[in-house]
Amino acid sequence: MTTLDELRTFLKVDDFQPADVPALFPAAVRRYGREPLTEGWATDEAARALMLAAVPPAEIHEIYRYGDTAEKLAVLKALPLLPIGDSAVPLLEDALRTNDTRLVAAALGPYADRLSQEAWRQAVLKCVFMGVPLSSVHRLHERADSELGAMLRAFAHERHAAGRDMPPDATALLDRLQED
Amino acid sequence: MRIFDPHIHMTSRTTDDYQRMAEAGVRAVVEPAFWLGQPRTNPGSFTDYFDSLIGWEPFRASQFGIRHHATIALNPKEANDPRCRPVLDLLPRYLAKDGVVAVGEIGYDSMTPAEDEVFAAQLALALDHELPALVHTPHRDKARGTRRSIDVVQESGIDPGRVLLDHLNEVTVAAALEAGLWAGFSIYPDTKMSPDRMVAILREYGVERVLVNSAADWGKSDPLLTVRTAEAMLAGGFDKDDVDRVLWRNPVEFYGQSGRLDLTDLAETGATFAGNSILRGGS
Repeated sequence: MTTLDELRTFLKVDDFQPADVPALFPAAVRRYGREPLTEGWATDEAARALMLAAVPPAEIHEIYRYGDTAEKLAVLKALPLLPIGDSAVPLLEDALRTNDTRLVAAALGPYADRLSQEAWRQAVLKCVFMGVPLSSVHRLHERADSELGAMLRAFAHERHAAGRDMPPDATALLDRLQED
Repeated sequence: MRIFDPHIHMTSRTTDDYQRMAEAGVRAVVEPAFWLGQPRTNPGSFTDYFDSLIGWEPFRASQFGIRHHATIALNPKEANDPRCRPVLDLLPRYLAKDGVVAVGEIGYDSMTPAEDEVFAAQLALALDHELPALVHTPHRDKARGTRRSIDVVQESGIDPGRVLLDHLNEVTVAAALEAGLWAGFSIYPDTKMSPDRMVAILREYGVERVLVNSAADWGKSDPLLTVRTAEAMLAGGFDKDDVDRVLWRNPVEFYGQSGRLDLTDLAETGATFAGNSILRGGS
């Protein structure tokens, strides 16, 4: 996985000063552009991750709270790189309450390892329901369990009764769970 | 025909409206923060609303291939409620956002001392954040309200070319244009302005620094009246370039002054939206 040090090297920036972060964070796209940088990271996302590394955890919550969608996505993406323990789990829960497919997908990255199994299953099912590709879900196959299989089976039954299709990736997951 | 609606309250509209707008050629909108039918009583109601204007609403618009930007402000009507005044202190957070292309709607409702204060304070915020300003002119006592708004703009030190004076009519348009401001017109089914009256104004005053919007909201309004005005312009002898100027290039030029108007990849967005799996959301 990409590290903060790698992002710092690629972006060629010094450490951010905490006092500068509130003004810089929303302006990251204007300041650092939105160009591909490394392994799925764009320049603005990398800059924002490094800014979050410079501030205390409470401020990460504040930045997320007042963020626009791109800022919220950048916070969710940066979470697994930050030394913050479980403190940002409420941010994942917030993202998973939305109906924005981008936020729901972003909440299921590596930091979602800290999400309870009950919340994680609901989130995966929500992805299926919203049409978010299951490839967005970190460690899907390791973590999917028989209870998720039961939930998917019931959902497939509802869809079938309504004459509607299941997304192919959800059907594939269900097949795999039934084989186990 | 490509249409940019520079003033529409999409929060109050349905997905059917987005669908019809997209089909009719509307590809970009600006949603100004304004009052809702029900008065708000605390700053938290405003922040959730502002969050929606930079979060959920652009996402909804994107499902139909429409690019959505916002303007943010404490509106003049609610500026009169002391419980809402702390909203002023929260505005800088939102005026820093990429999707926010102006301070607005500001201006007058009843021309009270509280409105004077909040109007001036927000023109100063526009200067601080290097943003244009969208100024609503009052529905009652409009002629005096318009003149007084122009005076306040001139006193503020903001470049008049960065100010849009909206909801104008036959009586108020000349003063706005003479003062170097942009002139906005809200085309409504029965009230503010109609497509045919708009065509007559364009004949008299020309197409420079004129914006046409639907201002569609939770009242009786129609998000396609921009399109109807474009059609009335063509029927009235204007050519396609004039229509494109008023209904696309003028709003792009006005809000482009923010440096934050992002219309990249719009054609592509429009081309892919019909097959986009996002449309299954909430199914």
